[in-house]
Amino acid sequence: MISKDAVLAWIRTLADVYHENRQYLTELDSPIGDADHGINMDRGFQKVLEKLPGVEDKDIGSILKTVGMTLVSTVGGAGGPLYGTFFMRAGMAIDAKEELSAEDLVTMFQAALDGVIQRGKAELNDKTMVDAITPAVEALREAVSSGASLSEALSKAAAAAEEGMKATIPMLAKKGRASYLGERSIGHQDPGATSSYLLFKTAYETWGQAN
Amino acid sequence: MKKLINKPEDVVKEELEGIAKAHPDIVKVFFNPNYIVRADAPVQGKVGIVSGGGSGHEPMHGGFVGMGMLDAACPGEVFTSPTPDQMLEATKAVNGGAGVLHIVKNYTGDIMNFEMAAEMAQAEGIEVESVVIDDDVAVQDSLYTAGRRGVGTTVLAEKICGAAAEKGYDLKKVADLCRRVNANGRSMGMALTSCTVPMKGEPTFELAEDEMEIGIGIHGEPGRERMKIKPASEVVKLLAEPVIEDLPFKAGDEVLAFVNSMGGTPLIELYIVYNELAKICEARGLKIVRNLIGPYITSLEMAGVSITLLKMDDEMKELWDAPVKTPGLRWGV
Repeated sequence: MISKDAVLAWIRTLADVYHENRQYLTELDSPIGDADHGINMDRGFQKVLEKLPGVEDKDIGSILKTVGMTLVSTVGGAGGPLYGTFFMRAGMAIDAKEELSAEDLVTMFQAALDGVIQRGKAELNDKTMVDAITPAVEALREAVSSGASLSEALSKAAAAAEEGMKATIPMLAKKGRASYLGERSIGHQDPGATSSYLLFKTAYETWGQAN
Repeated sequence: MKKLINKPEDVVKEELEGIAKAHPDIVKVFFNPNYIVRADAPVQGKVGIVSGGGSGHEPMHGGFVGMGMLDAACPGEVFTSPTPDQMLEATKAVNGGAGVLHIVKNYTGDIMNFEMAAEMAQAEGIEVESVVIDDDVAVQDSLYTAGRRGVGTTVLAEKICGAAAEKGYDLKKVADLCRRVNANGRSMGMALTSCTVPMKGEPTFELAEDEMEIGIGIHGEPGRERMKIKPASEVVKLLAEPVIEDLPFKAGDEVLAFVNSMGGTPLIELYIVYNELAKICEARGLKIVRNLIGPYITSLEMAGVSITLLKMDDEMKELWDAPVKTPGLRWGV
């Protein structure tokens, strides 16, 4: 099981990870976007850190919803509504729980993915964050239903996200600013898929080790 | 990076403070969330018009808030869409009971944030219509892209629709007019130099001293083609022909010709561009009945221009000429 403290630790670590990768994500966003993804994610998660103490005693669903609402109002760009929706839907899906089972994680991430698809209208292979999140959620579900340990399942999810992220390199972008480049978007890794991979990687590193 | 700023993270906030101090007779500026509204908002019984987008395009949009144009503008971070909470507060602040029009430039972030804001405003009982501006012919419009970008026509739509709202058009009529302006406007831009986002500190892209980028976006997004620099007469042809052929503009059409600086190009060059554009229009039988020349939708300090042609009818001409009093555009008052 993943405790509420572990969920809070995941969010705090994510803030550190996005801070450390601020330049990297922004650089990925320069050739095919508008060079702000790392800056925006960092600004949003720093704001999340400020908001967390006020909701720490609430249930996990409320905490995740607060993260989502904070991201919507601070990230801007496309990342704001997309990651905001990701966390809001994740929070709504697990509601008032105080700890999460492996099955809860599958439900939570699936709801988050559904929200991102609904908001951004992207499909698989459009060269977006959906390309990292979809395989991660599928790998997680498969591992959990075949009885893998939580650590193993999260490791598989992170690996699938990484593979999905790398698979965006040869893709032709069909959504977002990168799509304006047409053929020239080929050969660049999608920054959104990269920040999504970091989210699953951090989940594995935060939750996998203890379980 | 060489810029007249204090701290990169304070750029937008301090710009807004400057606007508040400079134009208290025209606008009110609110912080956290950031938005600019006309000083007399909400105007009872008038359709409110809200636009917004990333900062760095000044005077658009904040400089177009005032009588006869926008009721509110939501500035995001530099080149970053503003957020739904800003748009919601701005929408509430300008709702005079006749509903609110959101004028949205076609960028993925802007679309999603305005969509969330419109949903929230509607949930609070405010009637909202949204019109998306997508006039950049440099981008192929297809199912496989995010669609054409919103550029120069945005400025013209804000002026014309602002005048219509001032005249008492209802929400549906203002929105239909805005769609008509968008349907009749086409633009294309080019860059001679890159620009530097303050928080990034380095140029968004590299262009050699003898190169230019044709079809550039207003955030430094690469365009159609990079090539060696050419004389103004040839550059204007490269921009004007795709614009004219796209609509297409036909002999006998009355047009507004808008020559816009990307920020770094001085007026002397804009007039050279306008001269070339006027020659092309004349050769094609297009009658320039109105013009706008200057930096109105910029891309920080980028050197370059965009040209926009709008096919005008009598109603648009009348609304274009109507009085406007904003920090960035002012006549007839």
